[in-house]
Amino acid sequence: MLYREVGEFKTSYAQDSQTFPIKFDKYRYYFVVLVGLLFVPFVINDYWANAVFLPFLIYAIASLGLNILTGYCGQVSLGTGGFMAVGAYASYKLMTAFPDLNILIIVLLSGVITAFVGTLFGLPSLRIKGFYLAVATLAAQFFLIWLFNKVGWFYNYSATGMITSPDRSFGNFLITGPNATPASKYLFCFFFVFLLAWIARNLTRGKIGRSWMAIRDMDIAAEIIGVNPLIAKLSAFAISSFYVGIAGALFFSVYLGAVEVTEAFSIQKSFIVLFMVIIGGLGSIFGSFAGAAFMVLLPVALKNLLVLQFGWPVDIAAHFEFIIIGGLIIFFLIVEPHGLAQLWNLLKQKLRIWPFPY
Amino acid sequence: MNKENIKMMDIKNIVLRFGGVVAIQNISFDIFKGEIRAIIGPNGAGKSSMLNVINGFYHPQEGEVWFRGKKRGSMKPYQIAHQGIARTFQNIALFKGMTALDNIMTGRFTHMKKGIFSQMIWEGGASREEYENREVVEKVIDFLEIQHIRKTPVGALPYGLQKRVELGRALAAEPELLLLDEPMAGMNVEEKEDMSRYILDVNSEFETTVALIEHDMGVVMDISDRVVVMDYGKKIGDGTPDEVRNNQAVIDAYLGVSEH
Ligand SMILES: Nc1ncnc2c1ncn2[C@@H]1O[C@H](COP(=O)(O)OP(=O)(O)OP(=O)(O)O)[C@@H](O)[C@H]1O
Ligand SMILES: [Mg+2]
Repeated sequence: MLYREVGEFKTSYAQDSQTFPIKFDKYRYYFVVLVGLLFVPFVINDYWANAVFLPFLIYAIASLGLNILTGYCGQVSLGTGGFMAVGAYASYKLMTAFPDLNILIIVLLSGVITAFVGTLFGLPSLRIKGFYLAVATLAAQFFLIWLFNKVGWFYNYSATGMITSPDRSFGNFLITGPNATPASKYLFCFFFVFLLAWIARNLTRGKIGRSWMAIRDMDIAAEIIGVNPLIAKLSAFAISSFYVGIAGALFFSVYLGAVEVTEAFSIQKSFIVLFMVIIGGLGSIFGSFAGAAFMVLLPVALKNLLVLQFGWPVDIAAHFEFIIIGGLIIFFLIVEPHGLAQLWNLLKQKLRIWPFPY
Repeated sequence: MNKENIKMMDIKNIVLRFGGVVAIQNISFDIFKGEIRAIIGPNGAGKSSMLNVINGFYHPQEGEVWFRGKKRGSMKPYQIAHQGIARTFQNIALFKGMTALDNIMTGRFTHMKKGIFSQMIWEGGASREEYENREVVEKVIDFLEIQHIRKTPVGALPYGLQKRVELGRALAAEPELLLLDEPMAGMNVEEKEDMSRYILDVNSEFETTVALIEHDMGVVMDISDRVVVMDYGKKIGDGTPDEVRNNQAVIDAYLGVSEH
């Protein structure tokens, strides 16, 4: 009887279009945010930050970004890894070129730079669709990684070819570099996740979100309601890349600290984020989080269960992970394209009428 | 009916070819402000192609389109939508992944002006604009009597209701000129009556000019002010329903006697 919309009559359009139409959902959301803000920072340690929280938060941003492009606007991209690399290298160049620039500004600017690059590589979407567009973005992925690997200017001609994040702080708190505390790194990423999820929600519930979905569902009909396909598609590429760029900047500067581009931002990253979006749910903000959480937690959980508990060899456990993810991708693509988010909704529907289904 | 005979649209000598196929051969006709103008003709006559010329999907090789007294240059369909021309399709073209409400909300696109930064913040500007437009949409929903399917994904709706939602999306745009491509195709008698009533009501209440393609002669003769008849890309008749009914070329085309 806890989970009800009975007695919650919607008397205005504002109430009808709220993010959480059921009070209980809203409370759960507040609860998660409060725990994230007031509890986690005090108990977080290096292990939890590096194994769970930082990758989850950063991948959630990337997955929100890709979901805007693919889930909402219907433009498939396999270039996420490459665009994350753009964000990472942009933040590196900005940090080294402007040592006094605040890290917050640096991360935001990295997003803006990636937005420009993403828009550029989104231009083919005006002519080609589906599979061919996927191939074009794949080309972007390989080109960008090649570029960052080849051109010394991007890594300041360092001998190893790697980029290393210098120490930067926000206020009194060190955010990047080996001496930053897990709590400050966590809170810095948390801030971006909070901000970007809120913006994504706002964009997708209004006019621009509907123009993306219109393009996704039927581009001809989108035009007759007045949507300029050029603006709809390129704005999706720009905003998506802004998110992915910020994720890349955080991934490099806050999470890893040092990066070798072919390792950190390979095509594998593109696929991981795409899997998050598919498993979590195409066209769902909540799904972006669910997918990121799932893909980050699965290896950790499997390692704890299979390797530490059952004593499986590490490589077998890793293969097992691939099998699970592969199976789930097929399941979700065929059975439930709206992913975990939709399963969650169905569960809620059931809960709503529980325990009296009739 | 007392129409003032102001030309809202003037189609002049349109020729449209697809490779060897001539879909439209030198057709001219006009649409008066406030009237219901029907385009009829056998299958493949070029009726849908004509609507596609009017709303910018097809660019004719020859001829001119005049709208509100001005000659129209080459325009994209979305620009034409912003001029106040809305349409429905012969094969339903709804946004399958969205609810009926969201589909109709998309019809308000040309009326929503808030920029991207306002939409990011939502509170204040963008949300107010959203609710104002939502009010218009709710009126359309009431008008079409589809309150109960508001939150249903359109893919799950039966054919007749999908057609109604598509009409709703076009109406939500509050167009000056509404183009309907076979709005009653595949409907039963009752659904056709409903649809006819909606079209007549839109026309009389909101003074929306309507151009529609329809195969059901009974309906066409009942609701339209004037009728253009096309056959094999040519115009073979133009006038009031009575004039068209008694036009020998039209009778021949429909009875297929022109063959001998
Ligand atoms: N995009 C296109 N490419 C090639 N040919 C086309 C195209 N669109 C229409 N045609 C041709 O133009 C002619 C007229 O087609 P149109 O769809 O306008 O007919 P219609 O009068 O709407 O017929 P129906 O009653 O069957 O809908 C047909 O011969 C058709 O094959
Ligand atoms: Mg047709």
